[in-house]
Amino acid sequence: MDALILQILNGLDKGSAYALIALGLTLIFGTLGVVNFAHGALFMIGAFCAVTLNKILTLSHTVVDETRKNFLGQPMELQVPYVYDLFGEDMGNTIIDWSVPMAILFAIPVMVLVGVVMERGLIKYFYKRPHADQILVTFGLAIVLQEVIKYFYGANPIPTPAPSAFTGSFDFGALIGFDANTIIYPYWRLVYFAFAAMIIGAVFAFLQFTTFGMVVRAGMADRETVGLLGINIDKRFTIMFGLAAAVAGLAGVMYVPINPPNYHMGMDFLVLSFVVVVVGGMGSLPGAVLAGFLLGILESFASMKEVIDIIPGINQIIIYLVAIIILLTRPRGLMGRKGVMES
Amino acid sequence: MLGLEKKDFTLLLIVFALTMLAPFLLNPFPEGSAMAQFNAGYPDLMQRFVIFGIFAIGFNILFGLTGYLSFGHAAFLGVGSYAAVWMFKLLSMNVLPAIFLAVVMSGLFALLIGFISLRRSGIYFSILTLAFAQMMFALAYSVLTPITGGETGLQLALNDPRILGTSATATGNIPVPSLFGLEMRTTADLDLGAWGFTFNVGYYFCALVMLVAFYLSIRIFRSPFGMMLRAIKSNQQRLNYTGLNPKPYTLAAFVISGMYAGLAGALMASMDPLAGAERMFWTASGEVVLMTILGGVGTLIGPVLGAGAIKYMENIISKINSDILHTWFAFLPDGLEDFVVAMIYPFIGKGWHLTLGIIFMLVVIFLPGGLVEGGQRIARALRGRKTTDDSGKSAKTEPAE
Repeated sequence: MDALILQILNGLDKGSAYALIALGLTLIFGTLGVVNFAHGALFMIGAFCAVTLNKILTLSHTVVDETRKNFLGQPMELQVPYVYDLFGEDMGNTIIDWSVPMAILFAIPVMVLVGVVMERGLIKYFYKRPHADQILVTFGLAIVLQEVIKYFYGANPIPTPAPSAFTGSFDFGALIGFDANTIIYPYWRLVYFAFAAMIIGAVFAFLQFTTFGMVVRAGMADRETVGLLGINIDKRFTIMFGLAAAVAGLAGVMYVPINPPNYHMGMDFLVLSFVVVVVGGMGSLPGAVLAGFLLGILESFASMKEVIDIIPGINQIIIYLVAIIILLTRPRGLMGRKGVMES
Repeated sequence: MLGLEKKDFTLLLIVFALTMLAPFLLNPFPEGSAMAQFNAGYPDLMQRFVIFGIFAIGFNILFGLTGYLSFGHAAFLGVGSYAAVWMFKLLSMNVLPAIFLAVVMSGLFALLIGFISLRRSGIYFSILTLAFAQMMFALAYSVLTPITGGETGLQLALNDPRILGTSATATGNIPVPSLFGLEMRTTADLDLGAWGFTFNVGYYFCALVMLVAFYLSIRIFRSPFGMMLRAIKSNQQRLNYTGLNPKPYTLAAFVISGMYAGLAGALMASMDPLAGAERMFWTASGEVVLMTILGGVGTLIGPVLGAGAIKYMENIISKINSDILHTWFAFLPDGLEDFVVAMIYPFIGKGWHLTLGIIFMLVVIFLPGGLVEGGQRIARALRGRKTTDDSGKSAKTEPAE
């Protein structure tokens, strides 16, 4: 029983990432009808926003400290981050420590900008082209984006720690009546899950309870009619693209402490996220979220030792296997709507 | 001739001449000169040109004719490689049985995967093929290690049975792949003054196989079967209403292109007898998509051109480093030289993927027909300038496939 709960918890953080990326993909697909293969790259850019902010905050200048000597007996040179000069040492340390959560504020405008530029600059011209062309051009864009990141940040993963307040682990078992140390779960993963749940809730609330969201939903259902009513639906869809990019970017920002980002992390997640979208049903937002969590949890169950002993290698293929079965038995996915991508 | 129209036969002849003379054509610069690094006439690269040419020709039969975009074609390439290496291990070092088994095995895999994947179309088909390929990659990497060699890949060993050949040569080495005693790695060198040319048995063998594959693809393009495939691409619904079931035709195209991929995999293993799971990774599948699009999807010669262009860039551009750039731009004033080098540097060497991505995007955006369409546009522009009254007629000409 405790092992089962542990696996569900383990599945939640990966599932959160899948759900967030799949949510963005579905938003873009549902509004603009574009299959965006560059969405993984947006996730990666978000992660590198966190890395960049961390680098900016730790930007230092050299100060010669006359009172201390290094091993050669010369005055010691100290690297002092500029943040110390601005806020004092204690405050500066706290700011650097909290660089990943603060990167959220930094990433939102960056990602919205990237998304809007991408849509206006490139994807706009591909609405009338076949889906294959959209896949190909965004695939090319993904290659370009990841190579640009590789040029500036190198090919190695860049570890960026979570705030020290969240570095430990949390004894979840003790809380719900198991023996101590049976279910241990890192704090940051809990934070990630809570954050993902918050973002997902916010996106749904935005679509459900605001006028803007209502217009967008109407546009998703029948774009032409909304246009005929005198509403500039293109502009709103562009904003939705920016929003989807921001969702992917935030997923990336918060994922940094779990897995040090490298330039191909986007591609790694992209393939799985597409599988998630297809399992959830193209164009269905709840489906994408549900499938993301389901597949994340399934994956962690499949990597339990007991399961691997029975079916070796199942942890590697479970997601694809489930996707194939779902696509063949329920062609529209778990919650797919009729008439989406059925040609 | 050979059951081809005159135009197609000419194309085949041109391709024949180009592949046979490739060791000369790809080595236009004398050895030791500054331009020598642009020479591509060494066996390893030439073999890759034709092998990936075969792979792309096969992919084009599926994607170019039926419009089904498979993102998992590298799986069949991997299956072909493994099958070929197993033949080398068990039977003999002759390449023919290896190629035969590889084509059959990849055909069977393609039949199974195609049968399931083709129940859906559009992006669902792409995702299904991608899922199958990733599954095969993951299995080859982990659980199937006894068959595939796992992370180290499948390699020949001295104690392999090789029941029709010898386990080891007289000198105690592992024998090399051969065609009835003609070793694939045999090369002959020809030195003409400053120029050096290398003729490699393996390359010529691959080139002949590619010519056969190319000939078959022309026949498929021109056959009633090819017309059916194109009908599937243009309007599947209308085909259904006419009372025709498109499924067997698409499945046949899928299996054929899978067999082409297996053939390419077998040739790869014949040139260098080892097989690794990374050949099946989805980026490898993406690469063949890039080749086909870059060259010109749905055209006969396009995929071969695309494969050549990408493999050339991969090998030649990635070798250029900043020192070489500095020697090229040495004629500029110092500050300007550094600036120009700094501007170009991200696009060469390790950054060649960036160049590839940009070129690919430009092609998809502005030149959906790829290099072939580019060539046609240039040709049309030149012709249009000579005779203005001819332009109306030539604009109407169907693109040469």
